[in-house]
This record gives sequence, C-alpha cells and structure tokens, in this order.
Amino acid sequence: MQAFLSVKEVTKKYANHLAINNLSLQVPKNSIYGLLGPNGAGKTSLIRIINQITAPDTGEVFFDEQALRPEHISRIGYLPEERGLYKKMKVGEQALYLAQLKGMSKTVARQKLQYWFEKFSIENWWNRKVEELSKGMQQKIQFIVTILHQPELLIFDEPFSGFDPINVNLLKSEILKLRDQGATIIFSTHNMASVEELCDNIALINNGNKILEGKMSEIRENHRTNTFECEIKNPVTNFETHIHSLPFSVKSFERKPNEQLSLTIAANESDSGNDLLRQLLPLGEITAFRELLPSMNEIFISHVSGSALNTLSHE
Amino acid sequence: MNKTLLILKREYLTRVKKTSFIVMTILGPLLMAALMIVPIVLATMDSVGKKSIAIIDETNWFLGKFEDTDNMTFQYIFVSVDSAQKAVLEGSYDILLYVPQPALNIPANAEIYSNRQVPMTTVSYIRNTMSREVETKKLLASGIDPAVIKSAKATINLVTFRLDETGESKKSYTAVNVVLGLVTSIMIYFFIFIFGSQVMRGVIEEKTSRIVEVIVSSVRPFQLMMGKITGIALVGLTQFSLWVVLTAGIYGAFMLIYNPGEMAQAQIGASTMMQQANPATEGLDQAAVSQVFEVIEAINFKVIIGSFLFYFLGGYLLYGALFAAIGSAVDNEADTQQFMLPVSLPLILGLVISNFIVNNPDGSLAFWLSIIPLTSPVVMMVRIPFGVPYGELILSMSLLIAGFIFTTWFAGKIYRTGILMYGKKVSYKEVWKWLKY
Repeated sequence: MQAFLSVKEVTKKYANHLAINNLSLQVPKNSIYGLLGPNGAGKTSLIRIINQITAPDTGEVFFDEQALRPEHISRIGYLPEERGLYKKMKVGEQALYLAQLKGMSKTVARQKLQYWFEKFSIENWWNRKVEELSKGMQQKIQFIVTILHQPELLIFDEPFSGFDPINVNLLKSEILKLRDQGATIIFSTHNMASVEELCDNIALINNGNKILEGKMSEIRENHRTNTFECEIKNPVTNFETHIHSLPFSVKSFERKPNEQLSLTIAANESDSGNDLLRQLLPLGEITAFRELLPSMNEIFISHVSGSALNTLSHE
Repeated sequence: MNKTLLILKREYLTRVKKTSFIVMTILGPLLMAALMIVPIVLATMDSVGKKSIAIIDETNWFLGKFEDTDNMTFQYIFVSVDSAQKAVLEGSYDILLYVPQPALNIPANAEIYSNRQVPMTTVSYIRNTMSREVETKKLLASGIDPAVIKSAKATINLVTFRLDETGESKKSYTAVNVVLGLVTSIMIYFFIFIFGSQVMRGVIEEKTSRIVEVIVSSVRPFQLMMGKITGIALVGLTQFSLWVVLTAGIYGAFMLIYNPGEMAQAQIGASTMMQQANPATEGLDQAAVSQVFEVIEAINFKVIIGSFLFYFLGGYLLYGALFAAIGSAVDNEADTQQFMLPVSLPLILGLVISNFIVNNPDGSLAFWLSIIPLTSPVVMMVRIPFGVPYGELILSMSLLIAGFIFTTWFAGKIYRTGILMYGKKVSYKEVWKWLKY
C-alpha cells in the first residue's frame, strides 16, 4: 500500500540525549497506525517533527510524497498528549480561534463547529467559559478542534485519557469513521487494548530506535508461541497421570466448577492443532480448543524488556 | 488572515475586555486630573476652614501685629491661660496662642493650644509674624532701620540659556526639565515592567494550561511569541493614549467650568498659600505664574512625546522578548525569580542612576547609559528635556532597534524549546543548551 507519510532515517539529538536514532517509518494511506513505545522512547519527539514543531537533525519526512513543508500544517490535525485550552476564554470563541489558526475562514469554521457541537450534543456550551467545563468536556472540544479542518493526516496522542467509557466508545467510532472517510491516522497510546481494537499497522520504538513495524495481524501471527488452550468436560479420573505422559508440556491446568478442566499447552514447533487434539481426546469431552495469539500488551512488554514471552493470558 | 495577526488580535482583545484594564484606564486619568485640580480647588475654597485665633500676649510685643487673613482671624484676650483653654475646648476659639513673659525680656517661646490639628500654614504664619516682629525690635534696638534691611534684600531671577547647533539660544528651565525627565523615565520603567510581566504571565498561562502545543502545531513558536508581544504592546499604547485623552478631557472640562480668569487667580492663590508668610516672594507671584507658562511653551513636546513613544516601544520590545523567554523556561510564576533578577537589574540600575544623571545630563555616565540599549529607554528620557544632540539620539535609537532585534532572536531560541518543557526545574546551564538546539 502507498505510504501517506514516510519518515526517512530521521535522527534528533537533544544536547547529549539521542531522542530519535536513524528512524524510518511508513504510514500507509487511509489506515490507523499505532505508534507504540514506553515513556521516553521518542514518540513525542517524532510527532513534533511530523508537526514541524521541531526539525530533525538529519533525515527527512515525506507527506503525501512531498518533502514536509509549512503548507502541510493545515492538512494535519494534532491532538497532543499534553493539551489544554485557554481557561478564561469562551468555548465557541476559542474553537473558532484555533480553527482559524489552522487556516480556516471564520464562516466555514463556524458552520463546521455547529455541525460537530450538535453531533456531540454540546451546543449549549458555546458561550460558557472553558474553566466551567469538566476535563472530559474540554477533551471533547479539543477533539473537535483537531478534526474540524478535515485533515488528511490525524495524529492522536493518548486521545482517550480523561474520558469515561461511553465517550471513549463515541471517540473510537468517530476515529474509525474518519479512517473510512479517507484520513490517515497516527495513534499513539499505552493502552494496548485500544491498539488491538483500532490499529491496522503498528510501529514499536524504544530508546529512539524502531524495533518493530508492520501490519498488526502479521505481527501477532509472527509472535505466536504455539500456545493452546483446551477445555475438557468430565475429565477421566486419572487425568493427571495422562497429562504427564503427553508428548508436549502442559503449562498449567485448572479445575473449574461443573467438572470442567482448563489446560494451557505449550506445544512443540512441529505440532499442529490436530496432533494436539488427538492426544487430548482420551482425557474427556473437549468443549473448547484454540490457539492463544499473544496480545499487543505481551508483544510490547517482551520487546521492550527484552525478556521472552513465557506467560500468556487469555485474550 | 495572517496567523501572527490572529494571535495579536486575540491577545489584544482578551486584555482590553478585561475589567482590570477598564478600571485602570478610568482610574488613571481620574488620579492624574485630581493631582492637577485638587490644589486649585483647595486654593479657591477660602471660606472653608477659617480659624479664629485667640492671643494671650504677656509680653505685649505682638499687640496689633497679627493681621487677619483669608483663613485666620485674630483676637487679643486678657484672661488667664486656664480659662482661655476652657474657651477653646468649648469652641469659642479654634486656636489659642500663648506668649509667656520671657526670662530675658526678649520673647523666645510661645505655645499653641487647640482641640484639633493645627494647619501647617497657620503655624508658619504665626512663627514668621513673631520672628519678624522680634527681628525688627532687635534691629531698632541696635539703631538700624528695618526699612533699610528690606530695601537691601535682593532677589536674582536667574535665566539660563542653552546654545544649540543652529546658533540660536533657548531659555532652559532646569527645575522643569528635571521633573519632566524623571517623570517620563519613571513612566517608561513602570510601563516596561507592567507590560513585560504581562507577556511573561501570558506565556506561563499558555504553558501551564497546556494549550501551547496545540497552538504551535498550527503556527511557529516565533509567530506565537511575536503575536503576543505586539498584541500587548498595543494594549499598552491603547491604555496610554486613553489616559492622555481622558486626562486632557477631564482637565479641559474642569477649565470650562472654572473660567480662565479665576483659574489664574486660583493658581496665584495656590502659590501664595505656600509662601504667604515670606515677604520676599510676595511680589514675584505674578511673575512666577507667567514664567510657568513660558516654561511650558519652551518645552519641545513633539520631541518629548515622540521619543517617549519610541523608547517605551523599543524598551518594551527589548525586555518583552526577554520576559517571554523567562515565562517559557518556568512552570509557574514562583520560579521566575531566579531569571527575573538579572533581566530587571539593568532597568533598576538605569532608574536609580537617573536621579544622579539629572544633575549632569551631559556627563559621560549619562552618555553611555543612554546609548546602551538595556538602559537607554530609562536614561535617555531623563536627558531629552535638556536637549540631546541628534547624532547621539540617532545612535541610541538605532542601537535600541538592534538591541530588540537581538533579544527577540535570542529569546525566540529559548522560547521555542522552553514552552514544550514541562515539569522540569530549569537552570541557567539548561537554558544555555537550548540556545544551541
């Protein structure tokens, strides 16, 4: 797929701290791209370079196949992690001001704001001062202001922080809608569950280096650890001895109510699901059997801490 | 619309709409006008506060020597001090003057009793009358006619002229120039601090409310900084011009109500109230008033107002950028102190030294401080009423322009890094590093 934004060998140094080290990324057009990494990995530095808040020391960024220029600013929408509004200013006035700074005309901005305020049912906030609103309410306004000028590239840095679950769902559906309407979205967060839910592609960076990039489905497939889960109803009485004699290791088993037994199996590389099933059949009535793919959380932790994936949990 | 202009507009409008701005804009001229009008009004209100003064003179030296004035009536009484004091308490007289029988035949002491605060003018009138009387008596005792002494007193009206390059000579009035120079320089000092710290607070507000990152994703940090600085400069100019217009308006309206003839009289009244008891100046009142008008005509208002505006703007832009840099480097106002001191030191120094420069406005200290951009806005204003050669003025002004271009560039570098640094206590070393990013 065509890359809408590509970062080429970008390096950024702050005094004696290397924030980004020769980093390259390809953000495919019309997709949601998860930018992941621990605190201080260089995500914000990279996002600021894309927003032209700072310039890279070396390397280049291409926006829609053109070298990044100031004119591109009006085609980018950025919701920073550290965000706020002027507390003493009225909501509507402030939203108009921020929209005009993005290059919109006052009349167009007013029309679009009306549409979004109605959509989020916050029309009656227009003349209220920002300081009268709750944090979640302020975040809603910030979200609207970010997407108002219909940017082709949207960058959300921890967009869900400060929202209640209902509003998180509202936002998620809006973000997916924006992608379906053609926007390319960079999504930076520590919330791996929302990454799995939303992202098409991800990149994982640590200490300024990219350590992983690709389609999320492929990445999870590549990280499979041959771990399976099996549930058995009415197991045979001496199942424990059976388990020890199996040609693969059972990492854990758990007796559940109603004579249910739950097994977690670490299979050998060569074992297929069918092989395992055949071996398990004598143990009782099999009610569930599935492969456990690692969660993004586990992939994240394993790559960042460098430790192997030795425990898996239910998805 | 240009984005810097948008920012400027917001900065300007939010400040001008604030209640504190409106209150200050109205209060300022009221205070200024009050300063000009109150003395005149007081001087014309002669009937108010007329004091009746009873005199017990055991020496009999001063019988008939106290003459009634607009504010005081004198009455000689011949009762005991005790009963006179009672009369004062009962309100028969306002003040009791008691001159006791002196030990050495010449009165040297007197006592004043009153149930209220005795006005300074009354006290000095009494003292002057008594000492004049004693002096006269002593002169007569030595065989000297007091009239001879009076006619021998001389008052020199010294007028200084200043020769300028065109060969013309102008009357110069040192006292007026001193006041004018100091007042304008103090005003510039305060304006720079008031509006400079507004810039600083604005930057801190944007930083602590975290709106700054939203804005710098739309505009360059330098545009944000310049929009803010120029917006607040316009607020300052608006306030200043409103002050001038309103002050002039209030003063003008007052002048219409009190007709000009009365005004001149009132002014004489005001000055005589101060000098009443000093016979040497009595005849000069009329001359003094006409001299005041002459002085006002001699002041080159065009040059003074022009350079005031220039040095206010130049000084504000120079320091405003530095204040913006300070605001960007800290997380809250309490942390600004370590950076405020070195930045405000030259300004404070300029103001303190101005008091000395006034005595020697053409000295080398005055010259250098009025050329160096960090002190020139404050110091040059002290020198301007005395006349500054155009060459020096141009040099000082161009250096100030160069100075604020430099500080703006310098501050811009600190600002663009500082505004995005949160939750970090910043040291000078750290700021030095930002300059090199």
